[in-house]
Amino acid sequence: MRPMAPIVPRSGVATQALILVIAIMSFLSCLTVGAVSLVNKSATTWQSQISREATIQIRPGDGRDMSAALDAARAAALRFEGVRDARIIGNEETIALLEPWLGSGLGLEELPVPRLVVVTIDETAPPDFEAMRGAIREAVPYASLDDHRAWVDRLVGMARTMTFIGVSILGLVLAALVLTVVFATRGAMAGNQHVIEVLHFIGAKAGFVARQFQMRFLLSGIWGGMIGGGTAIIVFFLVNWWAARNIITPEGEQASALFGDFAIGAAAYGGVVAVIVLVGLLTALTTRLTVLQALRDIDDRRADPGRLD
Amino acid sequence: MIKFENVGLRYGMGPEVLRDVSFHVPKQSFQFLTGPSGAGKTTLLRLLFMSLRPTRGLITVFDKDIATIEVSELPLLRRRIGVVFQDFRLLDHMTIYENVALPLRVRGREEAGYRSDVLELLKWVGLGDRLHALPPVLSGGEKQRVAIARALIDQPEILLADEPTGNVDTPMAKRLLRLFLELNRLGTAVVIATHDLGLMDQVEARRMILSEGQLEIYE
Ligand SMILES: Nc1ncnc2c1ncn2[C@@H]1O[C@H](COP(=O)(O)OP(=O)(O)OP(=O)(O)O)[C@@H](O)[C@H]1O
Ligand SMILES: [Mg+2]
Repeated sequence: MRPMAPIVPRSGVATQALILVIAIMSFLSCLTVGAVSLVNKSATTWQSQISREATIQIRPGDGRDMSAALDAARAAALRFEGVRDARIIGNEETIALLEPWLGSGLGLEELPVPRLVVVTIDETAPPDFEAMRGAIREAVPYASLDDHRAWVDRLVGMARTMTFIGVSILGLVLAALVLTVVFATRGAMAGNQHVIEVLHFIGAKAGFVARQFQMRFLLSGIWGGMIGGGTAIIVFFLVNWWAARNIITPEGEQASALFGDFAIGAAAYGGVVAVIVLVGLLTALTTRLTVLQALRDIDDRRADPGRLD
Repeated sequence: MIKFENVGLRYGMGPEVLRDVSFHVPKQSFQFLTGPSGAGKTTLLRLLFMSLRPTRGLITVFDKDIATIEVSELPLLRRRIGVVFQDFRLLDHMTIYENVALPLRVRGREEAGYRSDVLELLKWVGLGDRLHALPPVLSGGEKQRVAIARALIDQPEILLADEPTGNVDTPMAKRLLRLFLELNRLGTAVVIATHDLGLMDQVEARRMILSEGQLEIYE
Protein backbone atom coordinates (compact mmCIF):
# COMPACT_ATOMS: atom_id res chain seq x y z
CA MET A 1 0.00 0.00 0.00
CA ARG A 2 1.13 3.53 -0.73
CA PRO A 3 2.35 5.67 2.14
CA MET A 4 -0.28 7.63 4.06
CA ALA A 5 -1.11 11.10 2.86
CA PRO A 6 0.43 13.79 5.05
CA ILE A 7 -1.93 15.11 7.69
CA VAL A 8 -1.41 18.66 6.49
CA PRO A 9 -2.33 18.97 2.79
CA ARG A 10 0.79 19.03 0.68
CA SER A 11 0.43 22.24 -1.19
CA GLY A 12 -2.01 24.79 -2.32
CA VAL A 13 -1.71 28.11 -4.09
CA ALA A 14 -1.13 29.74 -0.71
CA THR A 15 1.84 27.45 0.00
CA GLN A 16 3.37 28.16 -3.39
CA ALA A 17 2.87 31.88 -2.85
CA LEU A 18 4.51 31.47 0.55
CA ILE A 19 7.54 29.78 -1.01
CA LEU A 20 7.78 32.49 -3.68
CA VAL A 21 7.52 35.35 -1.20
CA ILE A 22 10.10 33.74 1.07
CA ALA A 23 12.40 33.16 -1.91
CA ILE A 24 12.20 36.80 -3.01
CA MET A 25 12.74 38.17 0.48
CA SER A 26 15.65 35.78 1.11
CA PHE A 27 17.20 36.82 -2.20
CA LEU A 28 17.04 40.50 -1.28
CA SER A 29 18.40 39.81 2.19
CA CYS A 30 21.28 37.79 0.76
CA LEU A 31 22.14 40.52 -1.73
CA THR A 32 22.22 43.02 1.12
CA VAL A 33 24.44 40.71 3.13
CA GLY A 34 26.76 40.43 0.09
CA ALA A 35 26.84 44.18 -0.46
CA VAL A 36 27.56 44.92 3.18
CA SER A 37 30.34 42.37 3.29
CA LEU A 38 31.81 43.80 0.07
CA VAL A 39 31.82 47.35 1.39
CA ASN A 40 33.25 46.24 4.68
CA LYS A 41 36.00 44.27 3.02
CA SER A 42 36.88 47.09 0.60
CA ALA A 43 37.08 49.55 3.43
CA THR A 44 39.52 47.30 5.23
CA THR A 45 41.58 46.99 2.06
CA TRP A 46 41.83 50.74 1.52
CA GLN A 47 42.90 51.24 5.05
CA SER A 48 45.71 48.73 4.96
CA GLN A 49 46.97 49.82 1.55
CA ILE A 50 47.26 53.41 2.61
CA SER A 51 48.69 52.81 6.02
CA ARG A 52 51.41 50.71 4.44
CA GLU A 53 53.09 53.81 3.09
CA ALA A 54 54.28 57.19 4.23
CA THR A 55 55.92 59.94 2.21
CA ILE A 56 58.72 62.34 2.91
CA GLN A 57 58.38 65.52 0.94
CA ILE A 58 61.35 67.82 0.37
CA ARG A 59 60.58 71.30 -0.81
CA PRO A 60 63.03 72.83 -3.22
CA GLY A 61 64.72 76.08 -2.35
CA ASP A 62 67.54 78.30 -3.42
CA GLY A 63 70.86 76.69 -3.13
CA ARG A 64 69.59 73.48 -1.71
CA ASP A 65 71.34 70.32 -2.67
CA MET A 66 68.33 68.21 -3.47
CA SER A 67 70.01 64.85 -3.96
CA ALA A 68 72.00 65.16 -0.74
CA ALA A 69 68.81 66.11 1.11
CA LEU A 70 66.95 63.14 -0.37
CA ASP A 71 69.71 60.77 0.68
CA ALA A 72 69.84 62.22 4.17
CA ALA A 73 66.08 61.97 4.62
CA ARG A 74 66.06 58.41 3.33
CA ALA A 75 68.86 57.42 5.66
CA ALA A 76 67.07 59.05 8.60
CA ALA A 77 63.89 57.15 7.84
CA LEU A 78 65.66 53.83 7.36
CA ARG A 79 67.18 54.02 10.84
CA PHE A 80 63.74 53.46 12.33
CA GLU A 81 62.40 50.13 13.36
CA GLY A 82 59.23 49.28 11.48
CA VAL A 83 60.44 50.82 8.24
CA ARG A 84 60.85 48.17 5.59
CA ASP A 85 62.16 50.27 2.80
CA ALA A 86 62.56 53.86 1.65
CA ARG A 87 62.74 54.69 -2.01
CA ILE A 88 63.64 57.99 -3.61
CA ILE A 89 61.35 58.89 -6.46
CA GLY A 90 63.79 59.73 -9.24
CA ASN A 91 63.71 62.79 -11.42
CA GLU A 92 62.21 61.00 -14.37
CA GLU A 93 59.52 59.43 -12.26
CA THR A 94 58.63 62.72 -10.62
CA ILE A 95 58.18 64.30 -14.01
CA ALA A 96 56.07 61.36 -15.11
CA LEU A 97 53.90 61.83 -12.04
CA LEU A 98 53.33 65.47 -12.84
CA GLU A 99 52.89 65.18 -16.57
CA PRO A 100 49.21 64.32 -16.50
CA TRP A 101 48.53 67.59 -14.71
CA LEU A 102 51.02 69.93 -16.31
CA GLY A 103 51.51 68.42 -19.76
CA SER A 104 54.85 67.52 -21.27
CA GLY A 105 57.49 69.67 -22.79
CA LEU A 106 57.27 72.35 -20.17
CA GLY A 107 60.79 71.80 -19.07
CA LEU A 108 59.85 70.54 -15.67
CA GLU A 109 63.51 70.25 -14.81
CA GLU A 110 63.47 74.01 -14.66
CA LEU A 111 60.62 74.22 -12.17
CA PRO A 112 61.14 74.02 -8.43
CA VAL A 113 59.30 70.74 -7.92
CA PRO A 114 59.17 69.07 -4.52
CA ARG A 115 60.72 65.62 -4.38
CA LEU A 116 59.49 62.56 -2.59
CA VAL A 117 60.84 59.61 -0.66
CA VAL A 118 58.34 56.77 -0.35
CA VAL A 119 58.71 54.93 2.94
CA THR A 120 57.30 51.41 3.13
CA ILE A 121 56.05 50.55 6.56
CA ASP A 122 55.58 47.30 8.37
CA GLU A 123 51.88 47.65 9.16
CA THR A 124 52.02 45.10 11.91
CA ALA A 125 54.64 47.14 13.82
CA PRO A 126 54.53 50.70 12.55
CA PRO A 127 57.34 53.04 13.58
CA ASP A 128 56.89 55.92 15.96
CA PHE A 129 55.89 58.56 13.43
CA GLU A 130 56.43 61.51 15.81
CA ALA A 131 60.04 60.49 16.50
CA MET A 132 60.59 59.85 12.84
CA ARG A 133 59.20 63.26 11.93
CA GLY A 134 61.63 64.86 14.37
CA ALA A 135 64.61 62.88 13.11
CA ILE A 136 63.90 63.74 9.49
CA ARG A 137 63.41 67.40 10.25
CA GLU A 138 66.73 67.36 12.05
CA ALA A 139 68.47 65.76 9.10
CA VAL A 140 66.74 67.94 6.50
CA PRO A 141 65.04 71.03 7.97
CA TYR A 142 62.87 71.68 4.94
CA ALA A 143 61.53 68.12 4.72
CA SER A 144 58.15 66.99 6.00
CA LEU A 145 56.77 63.56 6.72
CA ASP A 146 53.24 62.65 5.74
CA ASP A 147 52.07 59.39 7.32
CA HIS A 148 48.70 59.63 5.53
CA ARG A 149 47.09 59.70 8.96
CA ALA A 150 44.51 62.26 7.89
CA TRP A 151 43.61 60.15 4.87
CA VAL A 152 43.38 56.97 6.80
CA ASP A 153 41.24 58.63 9.44
CA ARG A 154 38.88 59.92 6.82
CA LEU A 155 38.71 56.58 5.09
CA VAL A 156 38.10 54.77 8.32
CA GLY A 157 35.31 57.22 9.07
CA MET A 158 33.83 56.75 5.63
CA ALA A 159 34.14 52.99 5.75
CA ARG A 160 32.47 52.96 9.15
CA THR A 161 29.64 55.11 7.84
CA MET A 162 29.15 52.88 4.83
CA THR A 163 29.21 49.74 6.93
CA PHE A 164 26.78 51.34 9.35
CA ILE A 165 24.42 52.28 6.53
CA GLY A 166 24.76 48.79 5.05
CA VAL A 167 24.05 47.12 8.38
CA SER A 168 21.06 49.41 8.93
CA ILE A 169 19.66 48.48 5.51
CA LEU A 170 20.33 44.84 6.28
CA GLY A 171 18.46 45.25 9.55
CA LEU A 172 15.47 46.75 7.74
CA VAL A 173 15.49 44.06 5.06
CA LEU A 174 15.68 41.33 7.72
CA ALA A 175 12.83 42.93 9.64
CA ALA A 176 10.79 42.96 6.42
CA LEU A 177 11.79 39.34 5.85
CA VAL A 178 10.64 38.35 9.33
CA LEU A 179 7.29 40.11 8.93
CA THR A 180 6.74 38.73 5.44
CA VAL A 181 7.49 35.20 6.56
CA VAL A 182 5.19 35.59 9.55
CA PHE A 183 2.28 36.96 7.53
CA ALA A 184 2.74 34.67 4.55
CA THR A 185 2.87 31.65 6.86
CA ARG A 186 -0.26 32.73 8.65
CA GLY A 187 -1.95 33.31 5.30
CA ALA A 188 -1.05 29.84 4.12
CA MET A 189 -2.20 28.42 7.47
CA ALA A 190 -5.60 30.08 7.25
CA GLY A 191 -6.62 27.60 4.56
CA ASN A 192 -5.96 24.75 6.99
CA GLN A 193 -8.23 25.85 9.81
CA HIS A 194 -10.58 22.91 9.20
CA VAL A 195 -7.70 20.45 9.50
CA ILE A 196 -6.76 21.90 12.86
CA GLU A 197 -10.36 21.64 14.03
CA VAL A 198 -10.84 18.05 12.92
CA LEU A 199 -7.57 16.98 14.53
CA HIS A 200 -8.62 18.75 17.69
CA PHE A 201 -11.98 17.00 17.86
CA ILE A 202 -10.67 13.53 17.23
CA GLY A 203 -8.46 13.93 20.28
CA ALA A 204 -5.11 15.13 18.94
CA LYS A 205 -2.93 16.87 21.48
CA ALA A 206 -1.86 20.44 20.79
CA GLY A 207 1.77 19.44 20.39
CA PHE A 208 0.91 16.80 17.82
CA VAL A 209 -1.08 19.24 15.69
CA ALA A 210 1.65 21.87 15.95
CA ARG A 211 4.31 19.35 14.91
CA GLN A 212 2.44 18.34 11.77
CA PHE A 213 2.14 21.92 10.59
CA GLN A 214 5.63 22.88 11.67
CA MET A 215 7.21 20.13 9.56
CA ARG A 216 5.26 21.07 6.46
CA PHE A 217 5.97 24.78 6.76
CA LEU A 218 9.57 24.33 7.87
CA LEU A 219 10.10 22.58 4.54
CA SER A 220 8.36 25.39 2.65
CA GLY A 221 10.50 27.94 4.47
CA ILE A 222 13.75 26.12 3.78
CA TRP A 223 12.72 25.62 0.16
CA GLY A 224 12.00 29.32 -0.28
CA GLY A 225 15.19 30.27 1.52
CA MET A 226 17.26 27.94 -0.64
CA ILE A 227 15.76 29.24 -3.88
CA GLY A 228 16.40 32.86 -2.82
CA GLY A 229 19.82 32.17 -1.32
CA GLY A 230 20.85 30.00 -4.28
CA THR A 231 19.93 32.75 -6.73
CA ALA A 232 21.91 35.24 -4.67
CA ILE A 233 24.96 32.95 -4.75
CA ILE A 234 24.67 32.70 -8.53
CA VAL A 235 24.59 36.50 -8.69
CA PHE A 236 27.69 36.66 -6.46
CA PHE A 237 29.49 34.28 -8.82
CA LEU A 238 28.50 36.36 -11.84
CA VAL A 239 29.78 39.52 -10.17
CA ASN A 240 33.07 37.85 -9.29
CA TRP A 241 33.43 36.51 -12.80
CA TRP A 242 32.63 39.88 -14.33
CA ALA A 243 35.11 41.57 -12.02
CA ALA A 244 37.85 39.07 -12.85
CA ARG A 245 37.35 39.67 -16.56
CA ASN A 246 37.07 43.41 -16.43
CA ILE A 247 39.65 44.23 -13.84
CA ILE A 248 42.27 44.90 -16.56
CA THR A 249 40.18 47.50 -18.38
CA PRO A 250 40.26 51.15 -17.25
CA GLU A 251 36.70 50.99 -15.91
CA GLY A 252 37.59 47.84 -14.07
CA GLU A 253 40.57 49.52 -12.56
CA GLN A 254 38.39 52.28 -11.28
CA ALA A 255 36.04 49.78 -9.74
CA SER A 256 38.87 47.79 -8.27
CA ALA A 257 40.42 50.94 -6.86
CA LEU A 258 37.20 51.46 -4.98
CA PHE A 259 36.22 47.91 -4.16
CA GLY A 260 39.53 46.10 -3.99
CA ASP A 261 39.49 42.87 -5.93
CA PHE A 262 35.68 42.94 -5.94
CA ALA A 263 35.57 39.37 -4.70
CA ILE A 264 32.54 38.57 -2.57
CA GLY A 265 34.02 36.83 0.39
CA ALA A 266 33.30 33.87 2.58
CA ALA A 267 31.41 36.12 5.01
CA ALA A 268 28.75 36.74 2.38
CA TYR A 269 28.31 33.04 1.68
CA GLY A 270 28.08 32.43 5.40
CA GLY A 271 25.45 35.16 5.54
CA VAL A 272 23.42 33.39 2.86
CA VAL A 273 23.43 30.18 4.86
CA ALA A 274 22.46 32.13 7.98
CA VAL A 275 19.54 33.74 6.11
CA ILE A 276 18.27 30.33 4.96
CA VAL A 277 18.47 28.89 8.46
CA LEU A 278 16.80 31.98 9.91
CA VAL A 279 13.96 31.77 7.39
CA GLY A 280 13.40 28.07 8.09
CA LEU A 281 13.33 28.52 11.85
CA LEU A 282 11.12 31.56 11.59
CA THR A 283 8.58 29.79 9.43
CA ALA A 284 8.46 26.82 11.76
CA LEU A 285 8.16 29.02 14.83
CA THR A 286 5.39 31.15 13.31
CA THR A 287 3.54 28.00 12.33
CA ARG A 288 3.79 26.60 15.81
CA LEU A 289 2.58 29.78 17.46
CA THR A 290 -0.27 30.12 14.93
CA VAL A 291 -1.42 26.54 15.45
CA LEU A 292 -1.27 26.81 19.23
CA GLN A 293 -3.18 30.09 19.01
CA ALA A 294 -5.81 28.47 16.78
CA LEU A 295 -6.22 25.60 19.24
CA ARG A 296 -6.46 28.02 22.13
CA ASP A 297 -9.13 29.90 20.18
CA ILE A 298 -11.15 26.71 19.81
CA ASP A 299 -10.90 26.13 23.53
CA ASP A 300 -11.76 29.77 24.31
CA ARG A 301 -14.92 29.45 22.26
CA ARG A 302 -15.70 26.53 24.46
CA ALA A 303 -15.55 28.91 27.35
CA ASP A 304 -17.52 31.63 25.61
CA PRO A 305 -20.03 30.23 23.11
CA GLY A 306 -21.00 33.75 22.13
CA ARG A 307 -17.75 34.09 20.22
CA LEU A 308 -18.64 31.31 17.81
CA ASP A 309 -19.78 33.48 14.95
CA MET B 1 -20.90 8.23 32.33
CA ILE B 2 -21.97 11.76 31.33
CA LYS B 3 -24.13 13.79 33.65
CA PHE B 4 -25.87 17.17 33.18
CA GLU B 5 -27.21 19.07 36.16
CA ASN B 6 -29.32 22.19 35.57
CA VAL B 7 -27.36 23.08 32.47
CA GLY B 8 -28.21 26.28 30.64
CA LEU B 9 -26.64 27.65 27.50
CA ARG B 10 -26.98 30.79 25.45
CA TYR B 11 -24.96 31.90 22.47
CA GLY B 12 -23.67 35.39 23.19
CA MET B 13 -26.50 37.72 24.13
CA GLY B 14 -29.08 35.53 22.39
CA PRO B 15 -31.94 33.66 24.06
CA GLU B 16 -31.24 30.58 26.14
CA VAL B 17 -31.04 27.65 23.76
CA LEU B 18 -31.04 25.19 26.64
CA ARG B 19 -32.68 25.81 30.01
CA ASP B 20 -32.28 23.77 33.16
CA VAL B 21 -31.36 20.57 31.38
CA SER B 22 -30.58 17.60 33.63
CA PHE B 23 -29.99 14.02 32.56
CA HIS B 24 -27.59 11.14 32.80
CA VAL B 25 -26.17 8.99 30.03
CA PRO B 26 -25.38 5.65 31.70
CA LYS B 27 -22.79 3.17 30.50
CA GLN B 28 -23.90 0.99 27.60
CA SER B 29 -27.18 2.88 27.23
CA PHE B 30 -28.92 3.65 23.95
CA GLN B 31 -30.94 6.81 23.41
CA PHE B 32 -32.36 9.09 20.81
CA LEU B 33 -32.16 12.84 21.13
CA THR B 34 -34.91 14.51 19.18
CA GLY B 35 -36.86 17.70 18.77
CA PRO B 36 -37.76 20.18 16.06
CA SER B 37 -35.11 21.78 13.94
CA GLY B 38 -33.36 24.51 15.85
CA ALA B 39 -34.35 23.02 19.19
CA GLY B 40 -30.73 22.65 20.24
CA LYS B 41 -29.83 19.04 19.48
CA THR B 42 -26.46 19.91 17.95
CA THR B 43 -25.84 22.32 20.80
CA LEU B 44 -26.50 19.61 23.35
CA LEU B 45 -24.17 17.21 21.56
CA ARG B 46 -21.46 19.85 21.50
CA LEU B 47 -21.84 20.22 25.25
CA LEU B 48 -21.55 16.44 25.61
CA PHE B 49 -18.44 16.56 23.50
CA MET B 50 -16.85 19.45 25.38
CA SER B 51 -16.67 21.68 22.37
CA LEU B 52 -18.89 24.12 24.26
CA ARG B 53 -18.91 25.07 27.89
CA PRO B 54 -22.30 25.66 29.53
CA THR B 55 -23.39 29.12 30.61
CA ARG B 56 -24.84 27.62 33.77
CA GLY B 57 -24.94 24.26 35.48
CA LEU B 58 -22.62 21.35 35.95
CA ILE B 59 -21.41 18.80 33.39
CA THR B 60 -19.42 15.76 34.42
CA VAL B 61 -17.78 13.63 31.74
CA PHE B 62 -16.21 10.36 32.87
CA ASP B 63 -16.50 11.61 36.45
CA LYS B 64 -14.63 14.84 35.73
CA ASP B 65 -16.15 18.26 36.15
CA ILE B 66 -15.39 19.84 32.78
CA ALA B 67 -15.54 23.38 34.16
CA THR B 68 -12.40 22.85 36.19
CA ILE B 69 -10.54 20.33 34.06
CA GLU B 70 -7.06 21.08 32.70
CA VAL B 71 -7.05 21.93 28.99
CA SER B 72 -4.33 19.33 28.46
CA GLU B 73 -6.62 16.58 29.76
CA LEU B 74 -9.33 17.27 27.19
CA PRO B 75 -7.74 15.37 24.28
CA LEU B 76 -7.54 12.23 26.40
CA LEU B 77 -11.24 12.51 27.35
CA ARG B 78 -12.20 13.19 23.73
CA ARG B 79 -10.42 10.02 22.65
CA ARG B 80 -12.98 8.05 24.63
CA ILE B 81 -15.85 9.70 22.74
CA GLY B 82 -16.69 9.10 19.09
CA VAL B 83 -18.47 11.90 17.24
CA VAL B 84 -20.29 11.96 13.92
CA PHE B 85 -20.73 15.58 12.92
CA GLN B 86 -23.84 16.72 11.13
CA ASP B 87 -21.57 18.14 8.40
CA PHE B 88 -19.16 15.14 8.53
CA ARG B 89 -15.91 17.13 8.65
CA LEU B 90 -13.86 14.75 6.54
CA LEU B 91 -10.46 15.88 5.30
CA ASP B 92 -10.67 16.26 1.54
CA HIS B 93 -7.04 15.54 0.81
CA MET B 94 -7.15 12.11 2.42
CA THR B 95 -8.69 8.95 1.07
CA ILE B 96 -11.54 7.21 2.82
CA TYR B 97 -9.11 4.76 4.32
CA GLU B 98 -6.88 7.55 5.63
CA ASN B 99 -9.79 9.54 7.02
CA VAL B 100 -11.00 6.55 8.99
CA ALA B 101 -7.49 5.75 10.20
CA LEU B 102 -6.81 9.34 11.27
CA PRO B 103 -7.92 9.00 14.92
CA LEU B 104 -5.52 6.09 15.33
CA ARG B 105 -2.72 7.97 13.66
CA VAL B 106 -3.32 10.89 16.00
CA ARG B 107 -2.97 8.48 18.91
CA GLY B 108 0.46 7.54 17.58
CA ARG B 109 -0.39 4.00 16.44
CA GLU B 110 1.53 2.25 13.66
CA GLU B 111 -0.33 1.55 10.45
CA ALA B 112 0.64 -2.12 10.44
CA GLY B 113 -1.23 -2.54 13.71
CA TYR B 114 -4.58 -1.14 12.63
CA ARG B 115 -4.77 -1.72 8.89
CA SER B 116 -6.96 -4.78 9.03
CA ASP B 117 -9.29 -3.16 11.61
CA VAL B 118 -9.87 -0.19 9.32
CA LEU B 119 -10.48 -2.42 6.31
CA GLU B 120 -12.93 -4.55 8.25
CA LEU B 121 -14.86 -1.55 9.56
CA LEU B 122 -15.07 -0.04 6.09
CA LYS B 123 -16.42 -3.33 4.77
CA TRP B 124 -18.96 -3.31 7.56
CA VAL B 125 -20.29 0.12 6.54
CA GLY B 126 -20.34 -0.98 2.90
CA LEU B 127 -17.34 0.96 1.66
CA GLY B 128 -14.89 -1.92 1.31
CA ASP B 129 -14.37 -1.24 -2.39
CA ARG B 130 -13.93 2.52 -2.18
CA LEU B 131 -10.87 2.69 0.05
CA HIS B 132 -8.94 5.10 -2.13
CA ALA B 133 -11.71 7.48 -3.11
CA LEU B 134 -11.41 11.05 -1.87
CA PRO B 135 -14.35 12.60 0.05
CA PRO B 136 -15.24 15.24 -2.58
CA VAL B 137 -16.31 12.54 -5.03
CA LEU B 138 -18.50 10.66 -2.54
CA SER B 139 -22.26 10.85 -2.26
CA GLY B 140 -23.79 12.28 0.90
CA GLY B 141 -24.60 8.84 2.22
CA GLU B 142 -21.08 7.58 1.57
CA LYS B 143 -19.58 10.54 3.39
CA GLN B 144 -21.93 9.85 6.26
CA ARG B 145 -20.70 6.29 6.52
CA VAL B 146 -17.06 7.40 6.39
CA ALA B 147 -17.80 9.83 9.22
CA ILE B 148 -19.44 7.05 11.22
CA ALA B 149 -16.53 4.70 10.61
CA ARG B 150 -14.09 7.38 11.74
CA ALA B 151 -16.06 7.87 14.95
CA LEU B 152 -16.08 4.14 15.66
CA ILE B 153 -12.56 3.13 14.70
CA ASP B 154 -11.08 3.40 18.18
CA GLN B 155 -14.03 1.70 19.91
CA PRO B 156 -15.17 4.72 21.92
CA GLU B 157 -17.00 4.30 25.21
CA ILE B 158 -19.72 6.56 23.93
CA LEU B 159 -20.81 7.47 20.41
CA LEU B 160 -22.47 10.80 19.69
CA ALA B 161 -24.08 10.92 16.25
CA ASP B 162 -25.71 14.05 14.84
CA GLU B 163 -28.32 13.13 12.21
CA PRO B 164 -26.38 10.03 11.16
CA THR B 165 -29.14 8.94 8.81
CA GLY B 166 -29.93 12.34 7.40
CA ASN B 167 -28.42 11.62 4.01
CA VAL B 168 -29.27 7.99 3.35
CA ASP B 169 -32.36 6.13 2.13
CA THR B 170 -34.48 3.98 4.40
CA PRO B 171 -32.72 0.64 3.82
CA MET B 172 -29.33 2.20 4.44
CA ALA B 173 -30.72 3.99 7.50
CA LYS B 174 -31.90 0.64 8.82
CA ARG B 175 -28.54 -0.87 8.20
CA LEU B 176 -26.76 1.94 10.02
CA LEU B 177 -29.20 1.63 12.91
CA ARG B 178 -28.42 -2.10 13.14
CA LEU B 179 -24.77 -1.13 13.19
CA PHE B 180 -25.35 1.24 16.11
CA LEU B 181 -27.36 -1.40 17.96
CA GLU B 182 -24.66 -3.98 17.51
CA LEU B 183 -22.11 -1.50 18.69
CA ASN B 184 -24.30 -0.86 21.72
CA ARG B 185 -24.51 -4.56 22.42
CA LEU B 186 -20.74 -4.67 22.41
CA GLY B 187 -20.74 -2.12 25.22
CA THR B 188 -20.70 1.36 23.70
CA ALA B 189 -23.20 3.94 24.90
CA VAL B 190 -24.95 5.59 21.96
CA VAL B 191 -26.67 8.98 21.62
CA ILE B 192 -28.32 9.58 18.25
CA ALA B 193 -29.69 13.00 17.46
CA THR B 194 -32.37 12.75 14.83
CA HIS B 195 -35.79 13.98 13.86
CA ASP B 196 -36.49 10.86 11.82
CA LEU B 197 -39.55 9.37 13.57
CA GLY B 198 -39.45 6.30 11.36
CA LEU B 199 -36.00 5.54 12.60
CA MET B 200 -36.93 5.89 16.27
CA ASP B 201 -39.99 3.71 15.90
CA GLN B 202 -37.82 0.77 14.97
CA VAL B 203 -36.19 0.49 18.38
CA GLU B 204 -37.44 0.47 21.93
CA ALA B 205 -35.09 3.05 23.36
CA ARG B 206 -34.99 6.02 25.64
CA ARG B 207 -36.07 9.25 23.94
CA MET B 208 -34.81 12.63 25.02
CA ILE B 209 -37.03 15.28 23.49
CA LEU B 210 -35.94 18.88 23.32
CA SER B 211 -38.43 21.63 22.85
CA GLU B 212 -38.21 25.31 23.69
CA GLY B 213 -35.04 24.78 25.61
CA GLN B 214 -36.47 22.12 27.92
CA LEU B 215 -35.63 18.45 27.88
CA GLU B 216 -38.18 15.71 28.50
CA ILE B 217 -37.16 12.10 28.82
CA TYR B 218 -39.33 9.14 27.89
CA GLU B 219 -37.90 5.85 29.05
N1 LIG C 1 -22.81 29.26 16.85
C1 LIG C 1 -24.00 29.75 17.10
N2 LIG C 1 -24.15 31.04 17.39
C2 LIG C 1 -25.37 31.55 17.67
N3 LIG C 1 -26.48 30.82 17.68
C3 LIG C 1 -26.37 29.51 17.40
C4 LIG C 1 -25.14 28.91 17.10
N4 LIG C 1 -25.33 27.59 16.86
C5 LIG C 1 -26.64 27.39 17.00
N5 LIG C 1 -27.27 28.53 17.32
C6 LIG C 1 -28.71 28.67 17.58
O1 LIG C 1 -29.06 27.76 18.60
C7 LIG C 1 -30.30 27.14 18.30
C8 LIG C 1 -30.12 25.63 18.31
O2 LIG C 1 -29.29 25.25 17.25
P1 LIG C 1 -28.87 23.73 16.99
O3 LIG C 1 -27.94 23.70 15.86
O4 LIG C 1 -28.41 23.16 18.27
O5 LIG C 1 -30.27 23.10 16.56
P2 LIG C 1 -30.59 21.61 16.08
O6 LIG C 1 -31.59 21.09 17.01
O7 LIG C 1 -29.32 20.84 15.94
O8 LIG C 1 -31.23 21.88 14.66
P3 LIG C 1 -31.22 20.91 13.37
O9 LIG C 1 -32.19 19.83 13.63
O10 LIG C 1 -31.69 21.82 12.27
O11 LIG C 1 -29.83 20.45 13.19
C9 LIG C 1 -30.73 27.65 16.94
O12 LIG C 1 -31.71 28.67 17.17
C10 LIG C 1 -29.51 28.25 16.37
O13 LIG C 1 -29.82 29.36 15.57
MG1 LIG D 1 -28.32 19.98 14.35
